[in-house]
This record gives sequence, C-alpha cells and structure tokens, in this order.
Amino acid sequence: MQRTFPLVLVFVFGILGILPFIIPHPVVQNTNDFLLNVFLKILLAFALVLGLGSLLKVHMDKIKRKRENWQYSWVLIGTFIVTSIIGLFGGVDGSGILPTHIGSFSFDIWTIYNNVEVPLGATMFALLAFFMASAAYRAFRARSFEATLLLISAFIVMIGVLPLGNRISPYIPSFAQWIMDVPNVAGQRGIQFGVALGAMATALKIILGIERSWLGGGGS
Amino acid sequence: MISILLLGLFALAPPSDVRAYDTPDDGGHAITVDWNLSPDDASLVGYEIYRSEDGTTYEKVGFIGKGKTEYNDEESEDNVLLNGTSYFYKVAAVMDTMIAYSLPSQAAFSSAQWLDTKKINIIVAGLIFCGIILYFTYYARKGKEFFIRKIAGLQAIDDAVGRATEMGKPILYCPGIGYMEDIATIASLSILGEVAKKCAQYDTKLINPHLEPIVYTVAREIVKEAYTKVGRPDAFDPDSVYFITDLQFAYAAAVDGIMVRERPATNFLIGWFRAESLILAETGASTGAIQIAGTDQVSQLPFFVTACDYTLIGEELYAASAYISREPLLLGAIKGEDLGKIVISVVLIGASIIGLLTMFPILQLFE
Repeated sequence: MQRTFPLVLVFVFGILGILPFIIPHPVVQNTNDFLLNVFLKILLAFALVLGLGSLLKVHMDKIKRKRENWQYSWVLIGTFIVTSIIGLFGGVDGSGILPTHIGSFSFDIWTIYNNVEVPLGATMFALLAFFMASAAYRAFRARSFEATLLLISAFIVMIGVLPLGNRISPYIPSFAQWIMDVPNVAGQRGIQFGVALGAMATALKIILGIERSWLGGGGS
Repeated sequence: MISILLLGLFALAPPSDVRAYDTPDDGGHAITVDWNLSPDDASLVGYEIYRSEDGTTYEKVGFIGKGKTEYNDEESEDNVLLNGTSYFYKVAAVMDTMIAYSLPSQAAFSSAQWLDTKKINIIVAGLIFCGIILYFTYYARKGKEFFIRKIAGLQAIDDAVGRATEMGKPILYCPGIGYMEDIATIASLSILGEVAKKCAQYDTKLINPHLEPIVYTVAREIVKEAYTKVGRPDAFDPDSVYFITDLQFAYAAAVDGIMVRERPATNFLIGWFRAESLILAETGASTGAIQIAGTDQVSQLPFFVTACDYTLIGEELYAASAYISREPLLLGAIKGEDLGKIVISVVLIGASIIGLLTMFPILQLFE
C-alpha cells in the first residue's frame, strides 16, 4: 500500500497532465488550471513550511554545536526574523496590518525585495562575466582537434559580430552567421530531439510505474 | 446631388459569401467568419465584422485589414459570446467614409470540443513511440538482455564517491533550480537515489541543498529510502538534505559558499539549470573537486562541458537511472528511445531528400 498508493496517484495525475494538451474542452482545461494554480500552490505552501523548518534546524544545530563559521548562522536567523516581522506587519506592499514608514521608506516585503534581493542577485549575476572569461580561456586552449575547431569557430563568430570583421572582409560576418545558423542549430536540434524523446520516455516510465527510483531506492 | 451621383458612379462592392461556423478544435466561445474579398479590396481600408443575435440588430465586434478573408470572433472581457447561442454575421467593406455591408451569414453557434484534431498527428506519433517503448519493456521483462553503450559521466560516479571516501570529504549533490514537474529534476532525483545508496555504503557524507521546497521534500524521502535500502537507516543524517532559498542567485551564492567552505571531493550538478550553472561549475572547478554535471538545457551545456570533468548531455541524463541501476525494464525503455530516434532520423532524411529534389526543375516529382 505504501508503494501502490503513490504509484496510483502518479498514474492518475500523470494522465490528467496529458489530457489538457489534446482536449480543449473547458472541463479538462479548468481542472488542469485548478491543479496547477490552486492545488499546487497549497501543496507548495505546506512544503515551504517544511523547507523553512529544515533551514532553521540546520542553522540552529550549527550554532549549538559551534561548527565552523557558526556566527554566520546568526545572520541568517536574524534576517529571517526581521524579514518575517516586516512581512507579517507591513505586508507585501505596505498594506499589512501595521504598515510602518520612515519618510518615504516603507517597511514591507516589496521594499526589501527591491533594495536588498535585487542588488544582491544582480551582483551574483555580474560575476558571470568573470566566470565566462575564465571558462572561455579553459575551453579555447587548443589542446585537441575539437578544442582547436572550437577556438577557430569562436574567433570567427566573435570577429564577425564586430564592425572590425566587416572591415577585414564582408564575407566574415556572413560566415559567422552561417556558423550560428547551420552547424550550431543542427547540433542544438540533435540534442533537443534526444531530450524530447527522452523526456517522453521518462514520463511514460514514471506514469506506468516502470521507473520507481523517485520513490527512493528504485527497483521494481 | 453630386455626392449621390458620385456614390452611384463609385458604388463600393461588399464582400460576398459570408460564412460563420464554430471555430474548430477549441474550448468554445469562438466563431470563425470567412468571406470572399470585395472586388474593390485593393482600395479598401479593411473589413468591419458585425454580429447579431436576432438577425436584425447588428453590433460591430471587430476590424481586420484589407486582403484578409477570415476573422475569429473570440470571447473576451468586453465581448460576450455564449456557447449554444445562435449568431448572425455581416462583413462590411470600409473605404474612407464609404461602407458596404455583405448579406448576413447563416446562423452559427459555438461549442467546446473534446478533441483537438490538429494534434492528431502528434497523438499518433506519441502512441507509436509509446508502443515501441512498451514493446522493448515487454521483451526486457521476458529476460532479453540489451547492450547500452558506456556513458563516461555515469561510469565515473563510483570513482567519484570512492575518491570522496578516501579523502574523507563530503559529496555535494546540487539538483538545480527546477521544479518537481521538470523532467530533468525528476531524472536528477533518480540519480540522487543511486548516489545516496553509494554514499550510505561507503559511509560518505552527502550534502544536498535545495531551492524548491517540494523538490526538497521529495529528495529528503529519496535519500532516507536509499539509506534504508542498503541497510543503513541509522547513517542517514536528516540535516544532509536541506532547503536554502527559493531565489536563483541567493541559492547560487549559498552553494558556492558550501563548495568553498566544505571543499567537497565531488560535486554533482545534475538537473535543471539556468544562468547559475557557470557560477557553480567554475567555483567547483576552482576548489579542485571532481565535477559530474548533467542537464537538458541546451544553453547551459557548453558551460558544463567547459568547467566540469564529465557532462551528461540531454537524454543521457534521463538514461542515468537505468544505466546505474541496470534494471532490465528501464534498459528496455532506453532501447525503445533509440528506435524512436532511428524512426525520426529516417523521416528527417527522407523529408530532406524530398525537399532537395523539389529544388531541381527536372525532378519536380513531388509538386
């Protein structure tokens, strides 16, 4: 029963997931919308509580056992408490039960998101530029035939998109575009065919209960 | 008087043969109207579409440019179109201040359909593909053995776990930022189960941070089950699988921090990734860890190929569970996938040849 019930659930909801693709009738479409927009959100809310519980437990344990860098766990717990209080009283956009303002600064989740999360996220994203440079250096070292081919192609494409490429020869930009449009797209499509068939096969295996490793431990 | 004469001289011809019918393959609340172009189409501004419930009082419901012969009247916030109610349509040709109405269409009413006939080809192809997979699964069940080529990334899992055990360092398993409904995430969790089993056997510490609460909940059960399956439920550390945040770059920063602080011997970056893929892979490479990556995101694959030791490309990720567990039924399904690819390749090559033949005037056999 412990195994059969999840398998039956997966079969039923798996089939329900396929039907909206081929049946445009509102009965099926509305059921699908309900499952995706209401049911899944309720499930997510419960899972979020479990997730936050796990996060706090890990960091409380770290503080308790004074593990390496345990001081940072206080930062996490402190910001968690402050953000929760602001969210509970200030609401999402300053329309909570006890909205607080200092001048034009409103204590609400939206303010925290815009002034803390967005700049921090942008900082992490900006790191990509440096990582790309180091990854490109590693990829373009001509250690093998494939790497040399990659280096030459990348060089042509990079020169081709610059005004300099057109100055050298008008054929370079069109050759760069050809590399992007033909060999590049052909390779991508090859992978995508495999991905599409693999995804379909995986879905079928899971719906029919052939693949059970997601239940933990795998096997039949 | 002059204007009446001019109107007589330049009488605008309306569109003809206006037909209204239920829009096919939809969920209802839509009627398609088509017509023959007005003979004066070239000098028109466009066509106005009028609708009536009683056949006498018409209201304008849409406008479409000249040269068009079809309009889809769909329900919207300010356009109520009820299923089962009969509607009549007129189409008017519009040229500056002149307008010429067509004869009304026959009555039409909209209804919801139970099958999208435009997708029948996809359904048939899908059923054939499913049939092939089930056929091979059936053969596998009867005991037939299948050959599966070596996948370097999956061959390396044993070595990677062994290395971590010898070094006394943990293994980091990052399932990406996908949701539970993403196939790549499901495939990643299947591999997580197998990696967790090996960690339990070798008594190696596993670190499994998550971005998505539902994925975290499922992963926790999978790891717990894996430890139980190899007879080591006591070795399972509930804090080894944990939720961090549901923000992409905050998650990337946290995982980077784990890589730098904990210095895992092996990093598994397997699942659904976006821009954080390179941030994670490059940080992992800088710590000297063996890195096994896998994703079905074509745009992220070059980053993994560059920065990781092994990369599972696209479908290899889906095949991983079968490859590691060596379950005959799962291997049969992989054979089915291969045959599906052969069928698609043959169709593509055939279509390409036909396409090429039509380029030669002498060989226009297929026109």
